[in-house]
Amino acid sequence: MNAARPDGKRGAEPLVHREQPPADLLIRAAHVLDPRAGIDAPHDVLVRGGAIAELGAPGTLDAPEGAEVLEGEGRHLFPGFVDPHVHLRVPGQEHKEDLDSGTRAAAAGGFVAVVAMPNTDPVIDDATVLRSLREAGRREARIPVGFLASITRRLEGDALTEMAELSDAGALGFTDDGKPVHRAAILRKALQYQRLCGGVLALHEEDPSLSGAGAMHEGEVSARLGLAGIPSISESTMIARDAAIAGYEQGRIHIQHLSARESVEAVAEAKARGVRMSAEVSPHHLTLTHEAILERLDTRLKMNPPLRAEADRQALIEGLRDGTIDCIATDHAPHAREEKEVPFEEAPMGTTGLETAFAAVYTELVVPGVLPLALVVEKLSAGAGLLGLGTPRIAVGEPAGLCLLDLDAEWQVGEAGYESRSENCCFAGRRLRGRVLATVAAGSVVYRERAFALSAA
Amino acid sequence: MRHLLSIEDLDRPGIERILDRAKSFTEVSEREVKKVPALRGRRVLNLFYEASTRTRSSFELAAKTLSAEVINFVSSGSSVEKGESLKDTVQTLSAYRPDLIVVRTPHVGAAELVARWSPAAVVNAGDGKHEHPTQALLDVYTLRERLGALDGLSIWIVGDVLHSRVARSNIQAFSMLGAKVTVCGPPTLIPRGVEALGCDVRYTLDGLDEADVVYALRMQKERMTESFVPSLREYAARYQIDGRRLNARQVLMHPGPVNRGVELAAEVIDSPQAVIGQQVAAGVVVRMAVLYELLAGRTTPDRQLVTA
Repeated sequence: MNAARPDGKRGAEPLVHREQPPADLLIRAAHVLDPRAGIDAPHDVLVRGGAIAELGAPGTLDAPEGAEVLEGEGRHLFPGFVDPHVHLRVPGQEHKEDLDSGTRAAAAGGFVAVVAMPNTDPVIDDATVLRSLREAGRREARIPVGFLASITRRLEGDALTEMAELSDAGALGFTDDGKPVHRAAILRKALQYQRLCGGVLALHEEDPSLSGAGAMHEGEVSARLGLAGIPSISESTMIARDAAIAGYEQGRIHIQHLSARESVEAVAEAKARGVRMSAEVSPHHLTLTHEAILERLDTRLKMNPPLRAEADRQALIEGLRDGTIDCIATDHAPHAREEKEVPFEEAPMGTTGLETAFAAVYTELVVPGVLPLALVVEKLSAGAGLLGLGTPRIAVGEPAGLCLLDLDAEWQVGEAGYESRSENCCFAGRRLRGRVLATVAAGSVVYRERAFALSAA
Repeated sequence: MRHLLSIEDLDRPGIERILDRAKSFTEVSEREVKKVPALRGRRVLNLFYEASTRTRSSFELAAKTLSAEVINFVSSGSSVEKGESLKDTVQTLSAYRPDLIVVRTPHVGAAELVARWSPAAVVNAGDGKHEHPTQALLDVYTLRERLGALDGLSIWIVGDVLHSRVARSNIQAFSMLGAKVTVCGPPTLIPRGVEALGCDVRYTLDGLDEADVVYALRMQKERMTESFVPSLREYAARYQIDGRRLNARQVLMHPGPVNRGVELAAEVIDSPQAVIGQQVAAGVVVRMAVLYELLAGRTTPDRQLVTA
């Protein structure tokens, strides 16, 4: 199921980041919740040299000489989140985001690894471009970053990229995200080639002949606003098609950003038939609907796939609960202010999401009792395993990939600005609960919330 | 009311107040000197990003009849063609201190953006396929003149509802005044979910006899190339309002400009049942009433800035 090469060749290191000093930390008396490790109780957690050295009952561990103490009482410590779907906009669109700002936003959201999409300028469709990007990542990325390469050259859908060479150069997998692979025969060849080069094929599912120039979900709200609609079936029919192709070729696919009830059904049916596939859902599709656009025609609410109806949202929640949907992914898609300050139909698709992912899902789904906290924590890091990456665990000997949160802290999205270079967050202005206080990625402290950093010093 | 962006900005008493005032303005057009000083010294800016003959000229005439100064800004030949954004254009033109901006654009929600970016009052003269509230008001005015109150009337809106801002505003305005609205057209041109606006949906003209008012929409030729209808011929055969389909009791409306021989047959356009000319005439007095409603007796934004 993972990105390991069937030919046994080992590719490049999957993730890159800027080296930072390994942490020596004592996190005192935090409520540790790691669903995979079966931990759900207050502990002292000692990190030495960037690895988890000891877990003890609250108040039992002493801070060694030189170690920083983080007060965890009344706070929660989770395995760090991993996002398999972000847009860091490098190379070519650094006015929207760059490796430093994007990974800073990720760290502020509790993420300890992210995977960037290749729809950049130039497209990541060539090993040379990928190598230089990974080189930049080693200099600039605050947390480990992985990269997917494109399935087709220039995302044009016509010719396969040199997938094997890209895989050797460090591509975790392949995607034409932002666009579907509209020709079935090309997807089929990519799945055949996957037997040689490994790597997941992550698919943006949309039939452009159905979505057309649509700007939002097709339904009552689009009818009222006079906006061209994107019907749910533009997504679900492509999922059904691609699941059939993957099943035939026994390939491994990952369905990106599910948005519609019909799509959840299509994934469930295909999984039941034994197709090797996984699926992700975004925090915004889990918590918002097209009704939000009726309240305010805000371009921050314009994304692809679009916010859909309440029945769709409920189906996504149920899909996450029953395992049809494997993980939560933000599809963090920054756009510059001037690009979004235009009429709705003119605005580019996309919302940022790294800094709000946990708080949005926690506030809208965990606090009201819709989903258990443990499930949300697990799904926020489950993307790692789907791409063949190590999943963060809170266990002795593991490299420290952690986030410390105050679940009671309430904050207003955007009130203090964003770590991201862009401010097109669909949750802007909303009051959310759950604030990340500190993030430890690859054994180093990569984020401290400002007020928290002061109190710990 | 600060702006007129959507028919939803009004309630029934608000609509009736505007219509009554429009009625009182008809007398002005009968005078030898067709001018009253109600808005003397006020500035009205017409900002048109889309071709329009009757809407723009009737707003201009309405403003001038009320003695306001009018500036026309049309997109061709302006800095818009040099790539200036809507926001920059609006902020630049706002420096001229207009009291009111009339805006038409091809984009849904653009009038709302203009209202956000300018201190002026804003009238939406059509924002993409979204709304055209003054058209709805003049249609309601025309119907009141012809039939009296709209309560209990059956009004059929026939044709390309999907691409029609007139339909979206009129469904709401007619319903608000007590009429029962039915939309009718090929299923490809009826938006999914339109029932949420409070109308019935029909796909054939069977049953058109029940209508008191038949409101035909303009059928645009480009819809053919996008396969919304296979041919104009087939469309006309199924949905054209002609002498056979229109009964003598019914009132016929159309927002103009008409495609003769497509949505309407020539014989009904020229029949006494058609009130298309009255709709155009109503456009001026209704827009006078809207400008008056938004500007008369209100502190101008300029003065607010000065006294602030």
